[in-house]
Amino acid sequence: MRRWLADRWVMGVALLVLGYLSLPILVVAGLSFNRPSSRLSYDFNEFTLDNWRHPCATSAMCDAVVRSMEIGLIATVVSTILGTLMAFALVRHGFRGRSGINGLIFLPMATPELVMGTSLLALFVAAGVPQGFWTIVIAHVMFCVSFVVVTVKARLAGMDRRLEEAAMDLYASEWQTFRRITLPLVLPGIVAAALLAFSLSFDDFIITNFNAGTTVTFPMYVWGAAQRGIPPQVNVIGTAMFVIALLLVGAGSLRGRRARRANLAAPVAGGGQAKPAS
Amino acid sequence: MTALAHVPTGSGQSAPPPASRRGRYRLLPYLLLLPGTAWLFLFFALPLLQLAAASLYDPSGSLSTGYAMTWAFSNYWDAFQAYWPHFVRSFVYSAIALVLALLMGYPLAYGIAQKAGRWKNLLLVCVVAPMFTSFLVRTLAWKTILSDNGWLVGLLRDVHLLGPDGRLLATPVAVVLGLTYNFLPFLVLPLYASLERLDYRLLEAASDLYASPLRAFRRVTLPLSMPGMIAGTLLFFIPATGDYINAELLGTPNEYMIGNVIDSAFLVRLDYPQGAALSFLLMAAILAIVFVYLRKAGTEEVL
Amino acid sequence: MGHEAPAGDLRLANLTKRFGAFTAVDDLSLTIPQGSFFALLGASGCGKTTTLRMIAGLEEPTSGQVLLGDRDIARLRPYKRPVNTVFQSYALFPHLDINENVAFGLRRRGIRKVADQVDRMLSLVQLEGYGRRKPAQLSGGQQQRVALARALINHPQVLLLDEPLGALDLKLRRQMQIELKRIQTEVGITFVHVTHDQEEAMTMADTVAVMNAGRIEQLGAPADLYEFPATAFVANFLGQSNLLAGEAAGTSGNDVLVAAHGARFSVPAARSRVNRGPVFLGVRPEKLHLVESPAQVPAGHQHIGGVVTDASYVGVSTQYLVRTAWGSELSAFAANSGAGRVLPVGAPVVAYWDPRHAFLLGREAGEDDQTTPLLDEPPVGVAS
Repeated sequence: MRRWLADRWVMGVALLVLGYLSLPILVVAGLSFNRPSSRLSYDFNEFTLDNWRHPCATSAMCDAVVRSMEIGLIATVVSTILGTLMAFALVRHGFRGRSGINGLIFLPMATPELVMGTSLLALFVAAGVPQGFWTIVIAHVMFCVSFVVVTVKARLAGMDRRLEEAAMDLYASEWQTFRRITLPLVLPGIVAAALLAFSLSFDDFIITNFNAGTTVTFPMYVWGAAQRGIPPQVNVIGTAMFVIALLLVGAGSLRGRRARRANLAAPVAGGGQAKPAS
Repeated sequence: MTALAHVPTGSGQSAPPPASRRGRYRLLPYLLLLPGTAWLFLFFALPLLQLAAASLYDPSGSLSTGYAMTWAFSNYWDAFQAYWPHFVRSFVYSAIALVLALLMGYPLAYGIAQKAGRWKNLLLVCVVAPMFTSFLVRTLAWKTILSDNGWLVGLLRDVHLLGPDGRLLATPVAVVLGLTYNFLPFLVLPLYASLERLDYRLLEAASDLYASPLRAFRRVTLPLSMPGMIAGTLLFFIPATGDYINAELLGTPNEYMIGNVIDSAFLVRLDYPQGAALSFLLMAAILAIVFVYLRKAGTEEVL
Repeated sequence: MGHEAPAGDLRLANLTKRFGAFTAVDDLSLTIPQGSFFALLGASGCGKTTTLRMIAGLEEPTSGQVLLGDRDIARLRPYKRPVNTVFQSYALFPHLDINENVAFGLRRRGIRKVADQVDRMLSLVQLEGYGRRKPAQLSGGQQQRVALARALINHPQVLLLDEPLGALDLKLRRQMQIELKRIQTEVGITFVHVTHDQEEAMTMADTVAVMNAGRIEQLGAPADLYEFPATAFVANFLGQSNLLAGEAAGTSGNDVLVAAHGARFSVPAARSRVNRGPVFLGVRPEKLHLVESPAQVPAGHQHIGGVVTDASYVGVSTQYLVRTAWGSELSAFAANSGAGRVLPVGAPVVAYWDPRHAFLLGREAGEDDQTTPLLDEPPVGVAS
């Protein structure tokens, strides 16, 4: 009995902590079906499907969601390109000043968002740049680049250099080697980096708050609405984001599992045919 | 990607000297690095310089009349004097949150890494999943959970852990709980990564060598998970200290942290020199703590 | 790409590669005749893989030439050389199926219709029907065959094999050795095979070059290398040897006279690398026979006395250690043919050999006896 407990208590605590982590999500999902009693109430009042039926009842909110997506897409594309190029340079080439560059990439991840936000604000004000959509994009690209570099670097560093040597040995020029071998193999890392960049950008509040001017992104909208009363549709968006992300993860792991299962099954399936003779 | 395409293909017929092939590629890394580095320099490094400059502006200036550079180092002292309680609160709240997070995060990371078996990936997704939903929306959900009419407060009142008028929302407890919740995954993931690499046979070896479970944990598991613990602690502590969303949404002005002050200095009071000075003080304080912590922890292997 | 042009021999001329202060390949010159199966044998770090990579174009020589026929290819990019490689651990492209892996080289050279050639190549390596699989779905031995097919389909003038069998288990390795040899005979391409496995080198190659510290110690047919090694390194690296330190006192008739261990011995001049000064007198353990008294030594043989200190029964043979009066331990292998009895530890014995089986090597003054202790690895020729 003591042994059984000793083996299980860690898992018990772990599950409790997971419950703590999941509780708000459940509440958000629940509140997305709530008809609030008043604008400023956060308590569950009455079940309704209205929020899901009319997610854009508050058009300002949906405008903000669309704006966040636009910003997220642009920031993702730019930061993924910039970060991927940097990752290639860092993993594949020797050059002077590598540690300086590494520091420049590391620092934004270690700096409080607040400081990055205020310093960009100080710069834009000093340079007389009006703040709005594009200053948000600039800020988002800035803090996404580092995460892209780290993610792509990890994938690249784990790649077998001999595959590229083998391609060159088999008459592929540098460019062909890159297109046929390197890029397809690094692509999962680049896609992961892009997804990470998009989620960072879409969810960013602190840096955006200092550099948005009058532009309203989804987090900015929620922040503003928190003072005036939150429309329940905010919870619909929150739940939808969660479900979409979960579906993406699920699809990804399903693909991975199918590939693994195919690998396991193959030797059995191939057992009957073309056994190499000796 | 196009930079790669422009690499000229050498003739290769006349056996050029060895240096030439390297020469074709010498500029390539710089070309690859240029755009990203320029971006980070322009929009990360340069702004920090501008912020440093702004922190030394004449405090009597304003956004409409313009600021004069007077090297007013006194801004720092003035800002600190006015807001030191907020600094203290920031560090105390995040320190308590960090301890709570370690107490919760370590068993979680350990359980997933060593005990979860085939459920490992699913549980891992459960840790990351909360981050799929907007940070602000989740923090607002805590408002519902901790609300005075909610089941949690009701339960705590029933068991007399809270007085009949006791509340959770708008108290330091709520702010610390929110901080713990919001940054816990940043602590768990690196911790998980280093615990996952831990070879279970090491623990078996330790118990074979007469170590009790507790001793085996202290002498084997804990030291081996140190890199993940250090990375996780920093990833937790740095954003938690600079956070002001939890204090704003779950607390009252009595719980405001330094982030709230900086936010209002820049966006409400429009006192840039003071806001800049406070930002730098915050960064300096965090860097100092990180530095001391890394020295104590005695490792260079971070992140 | 000139694949149909007459190939000619592969010649390395004064090839040198330095990495910083470290010289990996040191002024290497050798000729590999067209169509031969050539093995570069050496311990890890001896420079054999670097040599191979320079031939492939994956490493640029610090100085020297790689000549294919009359053409120096040392500074061509890898994709401009009529040379292909079978990589250690194969380096199959994980995202392409077997057909596309094998067709890769043809496609890069702009050949559109590849299906027939790919099929023919897969049948040569006995992998018909595996074309649609991904590399991860094949076993190690099958992946090895794909790597071979992927290189051979390009009809290179030279095929380089970098420890191609290193990742396979013993039984499969044996099978692949035979098969590689069969394929080489069939296609007639020059194979340059890098390995640290002496047995592999000896069973497959026409010519073996033993490399040590960036240089070639000895080059020749496997049997010549084994029977008459040129240096103490080769004598110990290929199988085991008993090397007795002695002094050669010049030639008498067809023999070189040697003084060692307080006795006089002779070695045929034809089996002597030197005939004066410090030498090693070498005898392979399986050429050393044990009897109980000097009276039993056949005429014309030479002998040395000692005591059995260890006897290990390994099935096909019994391996003895014999301590001589001078303190060296000699190894002797006795085939378990049923004749003769097992000698107990502690028994005084006489070890004798036919002088025609001994060899004489140069020795640095001051070097002592080199007798290899019993290894758990069976020596060449005794193994199953």
